[in-house]
Amino acid sequence: MSDAISETNTTATSGIVATLREKFPQSAEKITPRASADHPAVNVPADAAVAILTYLRDEHGYEMLSDLTAVDWAEGSSPRFTVVWHLLSVTINPGVCLRVAADCASDTEPEMPSVAGIWPAANWHERETFDMFGIVFTGHPDLRRILMWDGYPHHPLRKEFPLAGMDDELPDPEVEAETKARLVAAPMAGGPFVASTGNLNLAESEPRAKDQSWSEENPKPENLKG
Amino acid sequence: MATEYTFQDNAAKNASAAAVAAGHLPDDAPIFDTEKMSLSMGPSHPSTHGVLRLQLELDGDDVSHCEPVIGYLHRGDEKIAENMTYNQFVPYTDRLDYLAPLANNVAYVLAVEKLAGLKVPPRCAAIRVLVAELARISSHLLGYGSFAMDTGAWTPFLYQFTEREKLYTLFEELTGARLTTSYTRIGGVTRDLPEGWLGRVSDFCDQFLPRLEEMLAMLTRNKIFMDRTVGVAVISKEDALAYGLTGPNLRGSGIGFDLRKDKPYSGYEQYEFDVPTGTVGDCYDRYLCRGEEMRQSVRIVRQIIKNMPDGPWYADDTEEARRIFAPPKDKVLTKMEELINNFMITTTGPQIPPGEAYFEAENPKGALGFYIVSKGGGVPWRMKIRSPSFCTLSILPKLCKGVMMTDIVAILGSLDFVMGDCDR
Repeated sequence: MSDAISETNTTATSGIVATLREKFPQSAEKITPRASADHPAVNVPADAAVAILTYLRDEHGYEMLSDLTAVDWAEGSSPRFTVVWHLLSVTINPGVCLRVAADCASDTEPEMPSVAGIWPAANWHERETFDMFGIVFTGHPDLRRILMWDGYPHHPLRKEFPLAGMDDELPDPEVEAETKARLVAAPMAGGPFVASTGNLNLAESEPRAKDQSWSEENPKPENLKG
Repeated sequence: MATEYTFQDNAAKNASAAAVAAGHLPDDAPIFDTEKMSLSMGPSHPSTHGVLRLQLELDGDDVSHCEPVIGYLHRGDEKIAENMTYNQFVPYTDRLDYLAPLANNVAYVLAVEKLAGLKVPPRCAAIRVLVAELARISSHLLGYGSFAMDTGAWTPFLYQFTEREKLYTLFEELTGARLTTSYTRIGGVTRDLPEGWLGRVSDFCDQFLPRLEEMLAMLTRNKIFMDRTVGVAVISKEDALAYGLTGPNLRGSGIGFDLRKDKPYSGYEQYEFDVPTGTVGDCYDRYLCRGEEMRQSVRIVRQIIKNMPDGPWYADDTEEARRIFAPPKDKVLTKMEELINNFMITTTGPQIPPGEAYFEAENPKGALGFYIVSKGGGVPWRMKIRSPSFCTLSILPKLCKGVMMTDIVAILGSLDFVMGDCDR
């Protein structure tokens, strides 16, 4: 990243952090700058997230919730889930973007207060994040799955969920009863080639069909059977 | 799930019907006792523009409730992205908004380059803007044609396909493919412009503008089209912002926000163009915005052709770029060093430093954003795709409440979404 960007970014971030600390003194310790390659970014505590986001919308002109998502830092990490909001100013300071992030308190049953009351746009974004990561947004008016079917037991964007998918029941039990069919995970032998984050270590990071490459000789691991 | 769709006020309606049958009419009894019915529109319906299902509650011909059901085209693109190298994911971006794959390619590589801190030379940036604007024309043409067909006009659909075919022929010449172009690379583009291609784009623009005026004239003052769209599904400025609408759907509501102007990338600040905005925010305004945007895109394309910079179309040969950008093929085939470098980048992926970045590009359907979290190495840890169609569709329940059944078709056409983009 160019020095110019990082310098502006750092100045803007520290400005926002100072403003928020002043406005929310009870959470001041937990409002910290967040490392970012582009936009100013700030970490906030989950319990103050709604108040801070409302303040940013009303007082700083971030009228639009551009994006809402989560990051899973993998099993064993703590905090494991981080919810990320990208706010955009459209009319007051057009094009100014801000990233706000908050860690979920629990690693096994993550929760985050909903901002659907502030931006209706969050309604679907939160449903998607709940669907994909299993993060429960408390106070959401209608928290249901949106991309997968109701009753689907897994959260596919969690890191432990295999790329090939998992064996499961069909969405419609009537079809399953009639056809005796089940959803079967895709065998990954021969591709698509997957890669892992490696630091020029070819043995680890070279794209290949990974542990999901089962076949008749190499049966599927027990833990991937639904 | 084979669950029956029921509505809460059905019970009250039934009780009312029972009272009427028993002769105990209340004072405020309606003359006609209508019973609400539920209707699934889609997922395979010509007017839902792909696999979108609308669960409607109808009171006669009036829509009292509309719930979009999505996910029929969900392919897990984000999961796939987290399991392959940055370069391998380029072809997957074609499949997002498959009506403007070139624009998606550009948005994706710009996001990765932003995280990597990679600069591309002016010629590369100009080529990217050029193809993104051609993709905008192509996408808006189809949006125009299908909107016309949704509101009962068939001829515009045929006219736009004729023009779109010419664009696709140009794309094929440039990228080797008509639909899945996969043209850009992190740090450059796949190949330079073919000889004489710019001249052919210029010829296309010359003959396209009169055709565009002809096409727009077919609808703009068309009585039926105006009756179907004027004043229908008005989105106020506040709603457009609150629901996160972008692109022509936001500008149709009178907010002149355009990422190309307000957050310029790839040298958009050099080009002169106007950002059209609507006044009311109805279906007609959104149509007018797209029409004007096509004119403006032609304007940008002509400026690029006039001032196309010379020089390389790939990143400068710096130490940093060598770990990110695969060398051009002519170098790979003639120099051993470049061959080794090509092998390393192909197998391990471009070595992106740890960090987070979020980049939004102004795509034909609205702002397409990529949020990338990197832990270093050739594979992203997390990649979120902020698709414009997903945000657009979230306003449907509000828009469709109280309209007539046939208006829904016009509303869907005016929003111009694509399900590949929505479901990812």
